[in-house]
Amino acid sequence: MTTCKEVVDFLLKYLENELPQSQRAEFERHLQGCSCCRNYLDTYRETIRLSKCCMCDGPDAPKIPDDLVAAILKAKSNK
Amino acid sequence: MLAVAKRMLRDQTAAEEAVQDAFISAFKSVGAFNGESKLSTWLHRITVNAALMKLRKAGRLRETSIDTMLPAFADDGHRARPVAAWPSADEERAQTRQTVMKAIDQLPDIYRAVLIMRDVDGLSTAQAAQLLDITEPAVKVRLHRARMALRELLDQPMREGSL
Repeated sequence: MTTCKEVVDFLLKYLENELPQSQRAEFERHLQGCSCCRNYLDTYRETIRLSKCCMCDGPDAPKIPDDLVAAILKAKSNK
Repeated sequence: MLAVAKRMLRDQTAAEEAVQDAFISAFKSVGAFNGESKLSTWLHRITVNAALMKLRKAGRLRETSIDTMLPAFADDGHRARPVAAWPSADEERAQTRQTVMKAIDQLPDIYRAVLIMRDVDGLSTAQAAQLLDITEPAVKVRLHRARMALRELLDQPMREGSL
């Protein structure tokens, strides 16, 4: 029987679809009966989402200057 | 490029130096840019590498234990305390962004670097492994531990609904 600790240990493999079918079924059976582990899974996913949203530069972030891009490409063509 | 370096180094001056190193490195290795990836992707990779070099030189990429930041379990494998659901957070709010950034900053460099590369910058496990000079399984272990520690750090503010 899968324990809460095993759910946490194998969470990444579960999310990346790397668990063998039998272990995945066992994992999901545990989730069905354990609200703590369901909450943990949801909040783990939310942690990933928040990292991405809150640390990204956003649409207003400065882009690489065009003259820099041109200079690099020119240097490359001169090599 | 400065934002990428700053995320990794948490220091304006060190980030500016890393960007300078990255520019030098970019001009030196421009012949290696094969045009298959976008120029911005190539420069991003070079900047991450320059930032990692600075972390390495400063001895900030040493193995560090974060066991105290991880979830606790009883001997029988059950949770030491219950896990509550989080209300939805508004990532557009300045306070939310600040709380998440502060929490990420609390992670030891070795874990923060992996989390930023994978979850923020979108690098693959293989790319992160190559840049950090560690194996892919080691990247996965560190990433999982970094996410778990970050989840613990965000748990209280999230449950209190302050995000």
